[in-house]
Amino acid sequence: MINITATSKISFRALRVNKMRSALTMLGMIIGVGAVIVMLAVGMGASENIAQQISSMGSNLLIVLPGATTAGGVRMGAGTQPTLTLADAEAIQKECPAVSNVAPTLNGVAQIVYGHQNWSTGVLGTTPGMLDVRDWQLASGRPFTQQDVKNATKVCLLGQTVVDNLFGDIESVGEIIRIQKVPFMVLGVLERKGQSPRGDDQDDTIHIPVTTAQKKLFGTAFPGMVRVIMVKAKSTDDLTPAEQQINELLRQRHHIGQKQENDFTVRNLTQIMQTAEQSSRIMTLLLGAIASVSLLVGGIGIMNIMLVSVTERTREIGIRMAMGAKTWDIRLQFIIEALILSIMGGVIGILGGISGSKILSLIAGWPTIVKPFSIFLAFGFSAIVGIFFGFYPAYKASLLDPIEALRYE
Amino acid sequence: MALIETHNITKVYRLGDIDLAALNRVSVTVEKGEFAAVMGPSGSGKSSFMNILGCLDKPTSGRYFLEGTNIGTLVKDELAGIRNKKIGFVFQGFNLLPRASALENIELPMLYNGISSKERRERAAMALRSVGLEGREDHRPNQLSGGQQQRVAIARALVNNAPIILADEPTGNLDTKTSAEIMELFVKLNVESNITVIIVTHEPDIAAYGRRIIRFLDGRIISDEITTDSDRDRD
Repeated sequence: MINITATSKISFRALRVNKMRSALTMLGMIIGVGAVIVMLAVGMGASENIAQQISSMGSNLLIVLPGATTAGGVRMGAGTQPTLTLADAEAIQKECPAVSNVAPTLNGVAQIVYGHQNWSTGVLGTTPGMLDVRDWQLASGRPFTQQDVKNATKVCLLGQTVVDNLFGDIESVGEIIRIQKVPFMVLGVLERKGQSPRGDDQDDTIHIPVTTAQKKLFGTAFPGMVRVIMVKAKSTDDLTPAEQQINELLRQRHHIGQKQENDFTVRNLTQIMQTAEQSSRIMTLLLGAIASVSLLVGGIGIMNIMLVSVTERTREIGIRMAMGAKTWDIRLQFIIEALILSIMGGVIGILGGISGSKILSLIAGWPTIVKPFSIFLAFGFSAIVGIFFGFYPAYKASLLDPIEALRYE
Repeated sequence: MALIETHNITKVYRLGDIDLAALNRVSVTVEKGEFAAVMGPSGSGKSSFMNILGCLDKPTSGRYFLEGTNIGTLVKDELAGIRNKKIGFVFQGFNLLPRASALENIELPMLYNGISSKERRERAAMALRSVGLEGREDHRPNQLSGGQQQRVAIARALVNNAPIILADEPTGNLDTKTSAEIMELFVKLNVESNITVIIVTHEPDIAAYGRRIIRFLDGRIISDEITTDSDRDRD
């Protein structure tokens, strides 16, 4: 019969007797656990940052760029030659089964005026599909419709940065602004998105119907020209099929022969970002693994002290055995002692790690995230370390011969 | 059924190439309620004998029955159980836990017996009272005199209601007056509670408290005599 409460009390007392020794042993665990928490926080902060940028970009995103044509033997880069049209976008939407939505865009920079305020920003001509493709919600107002695109109406959606600069606290929906002197009605305001993966301010933008951009603002080199077509695949697994389907469709539509190069480029942005995310996840693992080494060293410190403790207390063990302590009574006493050291060290280490991450965020400006997962992991690890490194000393103690142990001076 | 029965117990220690027989075919029977003194010079085998009686060690050959149980067939943890329930140890050096209070020391055997902490506390306090140390519950061993420490050890031996007390030179570290007090306590327990007491000693004065003296020499029993009660009654 094993009495956990009473055994824990004995263990606590034994640890209190050598306060300095217990504290130093615990310090090993504190540093180990603290390091794991901080390292995971740094790594997870980085991953989270990337993940956030990906989701702000919109999920399962492909970008179709024009160009990459060969003109007189000179190969032009992607985007150099406008080759895409609104009709291409509509065809992708209709004929590629892996595609869920498309948003053709034609953009330019324009001066915006409202009242006394003016602001220069990127104006993006697009279709209603844009909001879905980029996973973008409206903060207020309503989006423009396919009808607006058809009729090239002069309506717009404002990004938050534009609202801040032109309107301040004034309600903007329903107001008329001038984009290059052309009056536009504000239909709605886009939700704040923050920085793009490249560091641009995504909220410094105005969305207008693509046809309006073509006909009233920027003009086109040929009818229906768009700069970029953004495509949303139905799922992550559909990204590659969608890429293939778009390639085939556009080659056919652009009458590109077997041996000719594409006059467009399809980029899988999500995949690129996922690679970045994955590498940051690997970095997290690596950081965690390095930090775990100090946890291991802390564990060895515990084992060391427990071995000393068993030797010092040989006589006590003998007395307990004479009084009827069974193998597991003795083992448990020392395992609990090691557990107290490791778990107390672990808890202090967790607290230290959390504050360490906060301090690191403040000083170095790195995003750090302490997830409940890392806390559980660190706590679980310290408990396992305690049991693992406490077992051998406890096992040794339980093997002592009571007669020898009682005689030990 | 006798309380303790040994049949031809032999204990051989291997020291390098030499076999050293600490006990050579020892057969003894002790009935419940006896008060026996084991005497003999050092190296005579009395300590080995006590270790076997106390289930701390097993004989090399021969059989030992305690309340009819064949101790030789038990495994380590079963022996621990027997020690816990049947035997109270009193040592020359007291062997109290130095960092535990008197009460906690007395609670120790009950800790390995699955007794609730409330009952442990009550029974330990009662045992402490029965050895005349009420008021010293929270004293640590180093705050107690030798005689008091030995009383705590005796209380610890009593607390699980073990039928046997094995005392190995219990007065070896005590002065004459205190020794007499401790021996009186053993006599009292023997008479009033019918506890079987076996004491190892080399002092005839101490052995005289017993009603039976078993003498060892070179691993054998050379004499086993019942003494009259006159020794005990002289004062």
